[in-house]
Amino acid sequence: MSATFRIAGAGRLKQAKIAGFSFDGRPYTGIEGDTLASALLANGVHLVGRSFKYHRPRGFLSAGAEEPNALVEIKRDQARKTPNVRATVQELYDGLTAQSQNRWPSLAFDIGAVSSIASPMLSAGFYYKTFMWPKAAWKNLYEPKIRAAAGLGVAPDQPDPDHYSARFAHCEVLVLGGGAAGIAAALAAAETGARIILADEQAEFGGSLRFESGAKIEGQDGFSWAQSAVAKLSAMDNVRVLPRTTAFGYYAQNFVGLVERVSDHLQNPGRDLPRERLWQVRAKRVVLATGAIERHMVFADNDRPGIMLAAAARTYLNHYGVAVGRNVGVYTANDSAYAAAIDLKRAGINVAAIVDLRDNPTGPVIDEARALGIEVNFGRAVIRAGGKLRVSSMTVQPKNGGGERTMPVDAILMSAGWTPSVHLFSQSRGKVAFNDETKRFVPGIYAQDCVSVGACNGTDGLLATIDEAYAAGAKAAKDAGSKPAKGTKPKVDADESWSRGMLGAAPGAGADTTVKAFVDFQNDVTAKDIRQAVHEGMRSIEHVKRFTTNGMATDQGKTSNMHGLAIAAETLGKPIPQVGLTTFRAPYTPVTFGSIVGHARGPLFDPTRKTAIHPWAERQGAMFEDVGQWKRAWYFPKPGEDIHAAVDRECVTVRKTAGLFDASTLGKIEVVGPDAAKFMELLYTNPWEKLEPGRCRYGIMLREDGFIYDDGVVGRLAADRFHVTTTTGGAPRVMNHMEDYLQTEFPHLNVWLTSITEQWAVIAVQGPKSRDIIAPLVEGIDMSDEALPHMSVREGRICGVPTRLFRMSFSGERGFEVNVPADYGEAVWEALWAESQKHGACAYGTESMHVLRAEKGYIIVGQDTDGTVTPNDAGLDWAVGKKKTDFVGIRGMARPDLVAKGRKQLVGLKTRDPKVVLEEGAQVVADPKQAIPMKMIGHVTSSYWSQNCGRSIALGLVAGGRDRMGETLYVPMPDGVVELEVTGMVFFDEKGERLNG
Amino acid sequence: MKKYSVFAIAREAMRGHRGWEEQWSSPEPKKEYDVIIVGAGGHGLATAYYLATVHGITNVAVLEKGWLGGGNTGRNTTIIRSNYLYDESAGIYDHALKLWDGLSQELNYNVMYSPRGVMMLAHNIHDIQVLKRHVHANRLNGIDNEWLTPEQAKEFCPPLNISRDARYPVMGAALQRRGGTARHDAVAWGYARGASARGVHIIQNCEVTGVKRAPNGAVTGVETTRGFIGARKVGVVAAGHSSVIMNMAGVRMPLESYPLQALVSEPVKPVVPCVVMSNTVHAYISQSDKGELVIGAGTDQYVSYSQTGGLHILQHTLDAICEMFPIFTRMKMLRSWGGIVDVTPDRSPILAKTPVPGLYVNCGWGTGGFKATPGSGHVFAHTIARDEPHPINAPFTIERFRTGRLIDEAAAAAVAH
Amino acid sequence: MLLIRCPYCEEERPELEFRNAGEAHIVRSPNIAGESDDDFEKFFFIRSNPKGIIYERWRHMHGCARFFNAVRDTVSDRFLMTYKAGEPKPTKLPGAAK
Repeated sequence: MSATFRIAGAGRLKQAKIAGFSFDGRPYTGIEGDTLASALLANGVHLVGRSFKYHRPRGFLSAGAEEPNALVEIKRDQARKTPNVRATVQELYDGLTAQSQNRWPSLAFDIGAVSSIASPMLSAGFYYKTFMWPKAAWKNLYEPKIRAAAGLGVAPDQPDPDHYSARFAHCEVLVLGGGAAGIAAALAAAETGARIILADEQAEFGGSLRFESGAKIEGQDGFSWAQSAVAKLSAMDNVRVLPRTTAFGYYAQNFVGLVERVSDHLQNPGRDLPRERLWQVRAKRVVLATGAIERHMVFADNDRPGIMLAAAARTYLNHYGVAVGRNVGVYTANDSAYAAAIDLKRAGINVAAIVDLRDNPTGPVIDEARALGIEVNFGRAVIRAGGKLRVSSMTVQPKNGGGERTMPVDAILMSAGWTPSVHLFSQSRGKVAFNDETKRFVPGIYAQDCVSVGACNGTDGLLATIDEAYAAGAKAAKDAGSKPAKGTKPKVDADESWSRGMLGAAPGAGADTTVKAFVDFQNDVTAKDIRQAVHEGMRSIEHVKRFTTNGMATDQGKTSNMHGLAIAAETLGKPIPQVGLTTFRAPYTPVTFGSIVGHARGPLFDPTRKTAIHPWAERQGAMFEDVGQWKRAWYFPKPGEDIHAAVDRECVTVRKTAGLFDASTLGKIEVVGPDAAKFMELLYTNPWEKLEPGRCRYGIMLREDGFIYDDGVVGRLAADRFHVTTTTGGAPRVMNHMEDYLQTEFPHLNVWLTSITEQWAVIAVQGPKSRDIIAPLVEGIDMSDEALPHMSVREGRICGVPTRLFRMSFSGERGFEVNVPADYGEAVWEALWAESQKHGACAYGTESMHVLRAEKGYIIVGQDTDGTVTPNDAGLDWAVGKKKTDFVGIRGMARPDLVAKGRKQLVGLKTRDPKVVLEEGAQVVADPKQAIPMKMIGHVTSSYWSQNCGRSIALGLVAGGRDRMGETLYVPMPDGVVELEVTGMVFFDEKGERLNG
Repeated sequence: MKKYSVFAIAREAMRGHRGWEEQWSSPEPKKEYDVIIVGAGGHGLATAYYLATVHGITNVAVLEKGWLGGGNTGRNTTIIRSNYLYDESAGIYDHALKLWDGLSQELNYNVMYSPRGVMMLAHNIHDIQVLKRHVHANRLNGIDNEWLTPEQAKEFCPPLNISRDARYPVMGAALQRRGGTARHDAVAWGYARGASARGVHIIQNCEVTGVKRAPNGAVTGVETTRGFIGARKVGVVAAGHSSVIMNMAGVRMPLESYPLQALVSEPVKPVVPCVVMSNTVHAYISQSDKGELVIGAGTDQYVSYSQTGGLHILQHTLDAICEMFPIFTRMKMLRSWGGIVDVTPDRSPILAKTPVPGLYVNCGWGTGGFKATPGSGHVFAHTIARDEPHPINAPFTIERFRTGRLIDEAAAAAVAH
Repeated sequence: MLLIRCPYCEEERPELEFRNAGEAHIVRSPNIAGESDDDFEKFFFIRSNPKGIIYERWRHMHGCARFFNAVRDTVSDRFLMTYKAGEPKPTKLPGAAK
């Protein structure tokens, strides 16, 4: 198709670069530099979408980010489909494929539009008043239908192949908005040498200079000046210029989030470019130059395709060289639409009439319009638009009633005035103030170090804007600590100025029941809906907004909020400021999840911690489990083995010969200093002063509230040095807990704490042959039972590298934990592995470690205890120093309920049927025959098949458990009741002889 | 109160919807009421509603410093479930769930309770242990909660990523089918309409500035921005501001108020059919009837009344969402906001009498109060009307922090390993 | 993301480097074991939770790792000052609005 609405000689695009694209499967051509919107308009296409509720046909309202109607799906390939893209923002590239949304089977014939017929029923909030009968029908019938009808585009269904990047930046002055105001501010600030960032959401800087044909600066037309000024800024080392970059969120302490659209406008972005880049900028000063957004007129059927904002039509003409129609009507309540009419007329477009709601406005633009022969009507309203898929006429009436006159038109340009974009200012927690004269909210009280300039500050006219912005830019740089520079303010040769307009429904939006005069296009909110909300008692604008959904669509009310507010205020009979303004919430325009997430996807979602021995385990085909950020070897299956077979073999092998276990993930903290023992006394329940250097002790750490926080074996290396181990997941928490007490409660203690988790790899060698495996490799440590008894530690060397060798056991067998510098971890493991193979030992993982410890009744903090278990509950009273007068938790654990009778206590549980393995988490009851809800007296914390015991074993927390030894209790499962006996916690080698076996 | 129905809508459609009556009236405050409720959020309005309907106490004022339903009621992610571990919590949340089922009919206001299922994901063995403990306890408490394999979880929620190669693969899930969502505004409005119709005064833009007590210590009323209003019973249901109001009565609370942020995406056609929550990757998601993905996660780390939070919190939340649903990176965040959540040391609520005669408090719901709204209002009304707790809220005292009889669901989800 | 001045490092750093550690100036009794249940409750559970000026603890976790105190307005989240652990609660606050 040829671009029939492209006007020769108009616009700034270079005709040479043609881009082919498709919309709803039909091929079109545009020009490079077009947006999808301008390219479609050039082809005479206005109908691009369907509305949310009534499925009304919709065209382009705007030429920018405020667009409520023209949302399309852009599809690069199957995996790169993006729903809800504004056609007015999407830049055209050769091969672009776009599809309309929310219609079936086609845009022109949409079955969903039957809801338009039912529309009298679908008034504001109708869904709160019906769909309640019968009860089950909401879930089964109504809601699914509503859900299917709602929603705009379709979510992608494949993982996104694109990537997103992120940058942090600091600057003295961040200028948001690259129109005349932003550029002037940036120029002034940049001259001081301060670090400046200038960002604008458009591909090209200039803002409203894109359409303001009357603006002349420094002897050039406004837009050309903007390009040369930005080129000058870009060339400066202290300035970063970011086009296609939207500041979406203004957070505390001048922290601003921006998204740069890096490659969505490119035909072949390639693999290297990110799709988007998140900028997180901390600025000393922020200059807000975010402009203003034109409002539409609220009148009957003001949503017909072809009806658009006047400045949008002007942009399409002056920037893109596209006429939005051949015979346009203009409906306005302020001057700025005249300029559009004049520009279009000059380009050879017929202007049917300007309909001006004002009674007797005067001014040069009005004179000029008349001089061009345009019919100008004052004090009249457009009360109705004709046409369905495209506007075909406008009906005009004196605003106070009278004869109607219908004129054929193929487009209506409208302007009710301009709304300052105070979104970011408001997000900065600044308070807006209502200017009653100009009927607009402008920045009032500032909460952060920022300043608003130009249209967003309610400043009218180019001359005043550049004056204000240039001064503000210089001041911002100065306030940020830069030396003032002598620069030259850009000279404005010809001004364009906007004037005030009107808010709310125009005459003709009427109280008439059948009229649809849209306030919020996308959400299909009409003036009538807002009045109805007020009649129903909604007096706060927040209630009106939520009840009608006005301003809650993807454009977030950029064109609708002020109209909605004014209609509500009028209906309430209250001044606008008393009804309030809804809060502006980030983001300013929708931001992709991808840009927020950046690189934190897949493996980079969270760091993965691997031990030094991990590569060895991987080579052995180990299965891994996630424990916190760690990957731990879970079990080492041999060919044909499942987890049960592997674990049975590993457990038996450990007790028969020996096993090697990678314990490197255990947290390790070195507590050093003259007061180290005193500190340990305060942080652990156990006594430490008398522990001999070279000996170890099992320690319990409580929180101040008396519940178990962590545990681990602690070795005293010297009088002033403890090697503390913690649980794998608990290490950072425990370190923080210790530092907290050391720094703030016990600062008088001379102690240093060092996390040494990563410093030492830990190889546990457990089993009767463990000493035989280790001994040949050790130098300088007497390995005899006398010299190195159970629960002792020695420093020496193994395989020629330093070691802290612990004699300790978490399996109940003779055992050692060999600490070696992590760099040598894998090598020492390999050496131990080679030795172990002489004895038929195995490698075992966390699952077998759990079984082996459970056979011995050793607890795992976090599994057998949760945050509600005291040392006494866990049967660990023996580890609490009875003579101690202070330790963290000493008072908490003495509270009435923590010493009360009947608390849950940790006990052993044996199923009557030894083959039945209880499920961890299963609940224990005394009477299995009781009705639901049952009285639960405990639960299973650990449960395994023990090949060594030849039966299942379990631990559990049971109310009064230690007084129930031998009692029969029950676990009611969905498929039957499991009978069990309460026992002691040790299932294997009760006398503990194997520790030295 | 004129009944809402499809016939009423049809009738009004004929006359341009000009015949609807006010959903609630906006009266001037009287000098005195039998009961004052401080805070017109869901819990406060529900309390007033049940005071009127269950206990026949209609001389009630609900005082609201802003607009009703404008606090956490209108800011939460509307998740409803009752699959709590402890009997006490399961008791109150399931009491609420039973009231949710039928609430639209009770209020004659469609609160859109949608039992579409709440699925909580397990990503490691510890998660499995914890969630299974919940499944078993719930079953014996008569609360539905079932265990799903990763494949079953995906069948229930097709866009979920259950690849074994994920950083934290899904290893299973606990599903409560009766769990789901409701329309938050409708809950506040429905209770407001019901209470107002029975004579309760809902007084908006009326901030409580002081709590008056007689020489014997008992409450006599509250000072407000619209003057003194007397009452012998005052129920404080002020969520994030509970500490502030209770301080006015001289009661210091075991509470801290944190920012909690949430966000919605642009609306899309149905893609997430249920609620999905994950404690380990740390985010939760559902899809509203309008099509928006509704997403939330944890609080900011510091006490704040600013109703804003840091971008990095949202970042972490979306990281988690895109880890569970990698297809969503091209979706767009439409709107984000913050609320103020009041958190107790054991993260369970306080619904109780206070040391001050005539003063009652309902607070500490943390990040999960919405789901309890009907149940909380119901038993709190009982507590105020009878001056003694309902058996369901009897354990949720202030004194439990002194005795140590905590109801610590989060601690039960445990820590170390 | 807040910007926090560490009194030890003497520079402003982003919140990501810090961990909030709750209300400041709550003293753990040297004779904690002998405290009443009421006193222990006050010490461990009761919090000021002010709407306005809060005295709170932070730790420069990913920096010098020191705990310190801060005065902040919980309405605006603006920091009035930070000071080292162990220093007395300041009586004069710079730039306090009220």
